[in-house]
Amino acid sequence: MLLFIFKRLLMMIMTMLVVSLILFLVMEINIESVAVKVLGQFSTEHQRQLWLENNGYFRPAYARYFEWLGNILQGSFGYSVVYKTEVGTLIWPRLKNTGILAGLTLLVVIPLSIILGVLAGMREGSYRDRSISIISILTASVPEFCSATLVAWILVFSFKLLPGTSSFISGFSWAEMVMPVLVLVLYDFGYITRMTRASMAEVMQSQYIRTAQLKGLPFRRVIFRHALRNALIAPFTVIMLQLPWLLSGVIVTEYFFAYKGIGTLLLEAALRQDVYLLEACTMFLVAVAVGTQAISDIGYMLLNPKIRFK
Amino acid sequence: MSQNPPLLEIENLHVSYWTRAAEVPAVIDFSLSINEGDTVGLVGESGCGKSTVAMAIMNYMGTNGSIKSGAIRLRGRDITQLNQNEMRILRGNEIAMIYQEPMASLNPAMTVAQQLMEVPIIHQGASSDQSRSASEQMLSDVHIPDPARIMASYPHQISGGQQQRVVIAMALLANPSLLLLDEPTTALDVTVEAGIVKLIREIADKYKMTQIYISHNLGLILQTCERVCVMYSGQAVEEGSISNLFSHPKHPYTHGLFNCIPLPQTDKNDAPLIPIPGQLPLPHERPTGCTYGPRCRAFKEVCGNQGVPYEHIEETDQHVRCRRWSEIKPGDLIPDKVPMENAQIGDIVLDTKNLSKHYEVEGTSRNFSTMLGFKETVALKANQELNLSARHGETLAIVGESGCGKSTFAKVLLGLETSTSGELTHDGAEIGTIGVRDRQQVQLAALQIVFQNPVDTLNPSHTVGAQVGRVLKKFGISHGKIDTRDKTLELLAKVKLPDEFYYRLPRQLSGGQKQRIGIARAFAGKPTLVVADEPVSALDVSVQAAITELLMEIQREYGTTLLLISHDLSVVRYLSDRVVVMYLGRIVESGSRNQIFEPPYHPYTEALLAAAPIADLRVKKRDIILEGTLPSPLDPPKGCPFTTRCPRRIGDICDTTPPEEQISVGGHRIACHIPLEELSQIDPVFAITE
Amino acid sequence: MSTTHSDLVAKKPRRGLIAVLINLRESWVGMVGLAIILFWVAVALFAPIISPYDPLAIQTPFAKPGSPAPDGGVFWLGADHIGRDILSRIAWGSRTVLIYAPLATFCAYVVGIIMGLLAGYQRGWLDILLSRVGDIILSFPVLLLYIIAIQEFGRSNLNIVIAIVFGSAPGIMRIVRGLALDIREREYVAAAQVRGESNWYIMLTEILPNARGPLIVDACLRLGYVIITIGILGFLGLGLPPPDPEWGGMISETRAMAMIFPHMTLAPAIALSSLVLGFNLLADGLRETSLKD
Repeated sequence: MLLFIFKRLLMMIMTMLVVSLILFLVMEINIESVAVKVLGQFSTEHQRQLWLENNGYFRPAYARYFEWLGNILQGSFGYSVVYKTEVGTLIWPRLKNTGILAGLTLLVVIPLSIILGVLAGMREGSYRDRSISIISILTASVPEFCSATLVAWILVFSFKLLPGTSSFISGFSWAEMVMPVLVLVLYDFGYITRMTRASMAEVMQSQYIRTAQLKGLPFRRVIFRHALRNALIAPFTVIMLQLPWLLSGVIVTEYFFAYKGIGTLLLEAALRQDVYLLEACTMFLVAVAVGTQAISDIGYMLLNPKIRFK
Repeated sequence: MSQNPPLLEIENLHVSYWTRAAEVPAVIDFSLSINEGDTVGLVGESGCGKSTVAMAIMNYMGTNGSIKSGAIRLRGRDITQLNQNEMRILRGNEIAMIYQEPMASLNPAMTVAQQLMEVPIIHQGASSDQSRSASEQMLSDVHIPDPARIMASYPHQISGGQQQRVVIAMALLANPSLLLLDEPTTALDVTVEAGIVKLIREIADKYKMTQIYISHNLGLILQTCERVCVMYSGQAVEEGSISNLFSHPKHPYTHGLFNCIPLPQTDKNDAPLIPIPGQLPLPHERPTGCTYGPRCRAFKEVCGNQGVPYEHIEETDQHVRCRRWSEIKPGDLIPDKVPMENAQIGDIVLDTKNLSKHYEVEGTSRNFSTMLGFKETVALKANQELNLSARHGETLAIVGESGCGKSTFAKVLLGLETSTSGELTHDGAEIGTIGVRDRQQVQLAALQIVFQNPVDTLNPSHTVGAQVGRVLKKFGISHGKIDTRDKTLELLAKVKLPDEFYYRLPRQLSGGQKQRIGIARAFAGKPTLVVADEPVSALDVSVQAAITELLMEIQREYGTTLLLISHDLSVVRYLSDRVVVMYLGRIVESGSRNQIFEPPYHPYTEALLAAAPIADLRVKKRDIILEGTLPSPLDPPKGCPFTTRCPRRIGDICDTTPPEEQISVGGHRIACHIPLEELSQIDPVFAITE
Repeated sequence: MSTTHSDLVAKKPRRGLIAVLINLRESWVGMVGLAIILFWVAVALFAPIISPYDPLAIQTPFAKPGSPAPDGGVFWLGADHIGRDILSRIAWGSRTVLIYAPLATFCAYVVGIIMGLLAGYQRGWLDILLSRVGDIILSFPVLLLYIIAIQEFGRSNLNIVIAIVFGSAPGIMRIVRGLALDIREREYVAAAQVRGESNWYIMLTEILPNARGPLIVDACLRLGYVIITIGILGFLGLGLPPPDPEWGGMISETRAMAMIFPHMTLAPAIALSSLVLGFNLLADGLRETSLKD
């Protein structure tokens, strides 16, 4: 078992290395364009050559790569062209904000979708099942930027209940968190609910549930003791694998509500061609995504007795 | 006649399923009376409704099935009238059930202990400690060695036979009055099956348990039951004591079933199997009058007018659903026999010398290099030093249970795998080392296979005609579209299927029909050797007979050598000319058909023969149960492979030294340390009494 | 033996797309989805006829829905902040979406199916390589991938299609690989191998047709995702280049003034959501009916 965990973490590190390599190649192989991005469009050829010289860009690519990698690992992420400060000082507070947003979202989505999924799958084909399924499909069809539009129209403009943006101008405010979390929850819970429902419905059809029923066990016990521990294995992996999607949604939602998280930072960096900031943001987000994948695999192994106990 | 009062009385039971299209009757006018302490068999083929009857007793028929009418009285109380809660109290407590697939019937996420202990806790209000000791005690009562270890295990960590014993223990823990057994041994190997059957017999005797034993196998019914009820298309057609029904069946269907089974007195040339003509009617297309009528050789007009009542015959305490049972003579039901000539057996076409096949699999050892991700491989010795041969026109059977390596040998023969060492020649050419990719077209056409599982044997997305036609085109038997179509239709006729099947998709075909196409496909290229891998195991008894006969006919016509892989000794005895017995990758005995079925036997062959169920009252079998489980092929015993379970193990020599083959007259070879003279003195496994 | 060819043909069962659509009748959910999709396809096809105005024509800014237009007609859905008729822009925008989304999805499928079949059937080093690469791409938040790619290589129709193919193919590959791993164990595949059929024959003729069911359902769902993705990219300003109207872009352009004139953002939001809903409902209907087979 420990061997498995070790191997999985090793794979995670390797994936990060490959990603960092690809990222570096995409962004910094063309040193001319790097210089243009840093110094601006209106810089002269001479200025760029000088700058490239001073910053060691005439060294071979692999040397630059390793130096960059080393810096990243030591926490030194470079200098932001747009914001004119160290990238490090920008990223950490943004990460914290995104963490809050994602954390609150998960706190709502996970219990909600599991409960709804179990209720739906428990009695497949019932009205309860059908209505939960339809609602799930409906909400999963409305992407965050559309639902944000609708939600904003209702809550901000029509009923004037909430503030329009979530920039935390006066510090942390629960009211400002409502809409971003709501939008993320609405889009994300549908898929997980349906996966949980499918898993539960499949388990309820299984022969071992028939055995449990024909043993004369009360229905509650059949559900809680026999069905759930098998039915919830798949949703666990699904939830973990949804995190990259959640991050995509987070980017859009932060942008819509002007929430100061890493998503908006990333977009700014992309749109304004801020090379080092973009690299750093990307590495962080990928680290989160890859990390959750590894946790998902390890968790699945721990939960499934067929794999854990050979 | 039993003096005991009836425990369960089923009266005129009608069970139907409601689909969107229509009501589908699954069980029609079913009546059965079971006395306390009896084991009653419920026998029939797929679709006859036997499992539905069991589910009706438990009142657990899913969302779209229900009991339409009739009564089920348990000790006089009609349990069809109970509500779900009252029914729940009965389940597991008064009536317990044992299922077909033990692995699927146990919860994979709960330990054996958790699943067992629930029963006394819920039904008897026992405490945790009490139920734990009761469970362990029950496990040892069902002969599970080391109960404490099994208690702590998960279902996937124990063998199939042990799993089924756990399910049996779970059923017995609440001390039920009635035990329902739904095909409890179908998913198990023959030698494991024998152990379970013996256990079931023990339970009946020890606890005076009333049991309903559902099976499609008349041989098993003979070994376990006192009375038996035969079902056909949802109805009970005959019922009676074992001695009456097996010696003098009254209903033509029962008669027909017995004629389909390869019993010891059948012979493929002189006394062939007699398949039942026609097909099982679809549940919504049952004929008026006698349901079996269209297929009955004794059908007369009176049979087709109205439904046939279930008569009780006083003298012999039997029931029959047939209008003409008293008039029918056995001769009416058997068509005129055309004895077949013996096949011409020619020269050797297939020969192996010390053929071995090892697979490289990941080892389970842990050391520094495996930590780094370097894989260590261990050899899985699937086939070890096989020496066998087959002649032109002959039927050679390879017998063994799961894990013996017979499928691996077939794969090497066909080129799906290549051999690790040794020689394998076909028609003089070495092919063991040549995979399918590198073989000549001619070689490919000459070696073909008929598969076991009719469901997967045909591609569901292509028509029958397309699939057979492809083979014809590929091997150059036909040229051009019209020629291909004509030759395909010829082949369809050979396997006795009508022309219109040309455009059918596999999902529109029954299991038997699919298997016929599988045979047509295999023989399309005019092969010289066909491997038949358990060709009839997945089919119903009556269909088995038809397919077995078809296979023989085609083999005769094309002069093909047939390599029959099977675990079913009755079929092997019927079809084969020579037999090879395999165990854990090695050949333990080989010889002609008669030599194998008579002493001297290899001890494994002896156990295998004793385990095979035979549906003939006159045959007396010796009782040999093998203890222990199959060793892992990753680490087979250094000496004789059978040493861990052999009832005749003579000493350390069996563990350390692989036995030499002893050769007796007529080419009969046995790989055993026990001298041939001693083996020849052993009593035969079967004795036929008159 | 005297059965004529025409006799046999008369008994051919219904297969393929026709069968799928006929089966769909049993699921009202699927039928509703199909209806929505057909509605939008019709809108896209007849966009020039339906649109009262040129989608780029600048007329009355901020006109409310139903208000009159300078030439005497009506702005049924109002006009945007520059004065362009929203109804016309929605209609023409549907064209953009319904051309590029299926195109990108189709290309992704071709790539994904080939990779998945190779990985799942032939296994070995090819499988390990493809699976690793697929895993790496899949562990990226997809949007991130698109942002970087487009930022680096520029906004163009081709780049967006390529980016979507790149981002979707690994997911498709994973599904096809799983199906291939399962199907290759079936006996009819072994029968083909024993005949000496080539690998490509087996992959395309024996395996792929039997993977149809789950793939069709996935295709509908994936079309929905791709439509959303194109919308998001348009919203973020990274989408298909102007001036062609595009729903995501319409929302982002008019967002600032949505406080006072919500109709400008609501129309494209509802349009896009309804189209995605159509595909999701269709997928669910197909899945339901395929289970009943």
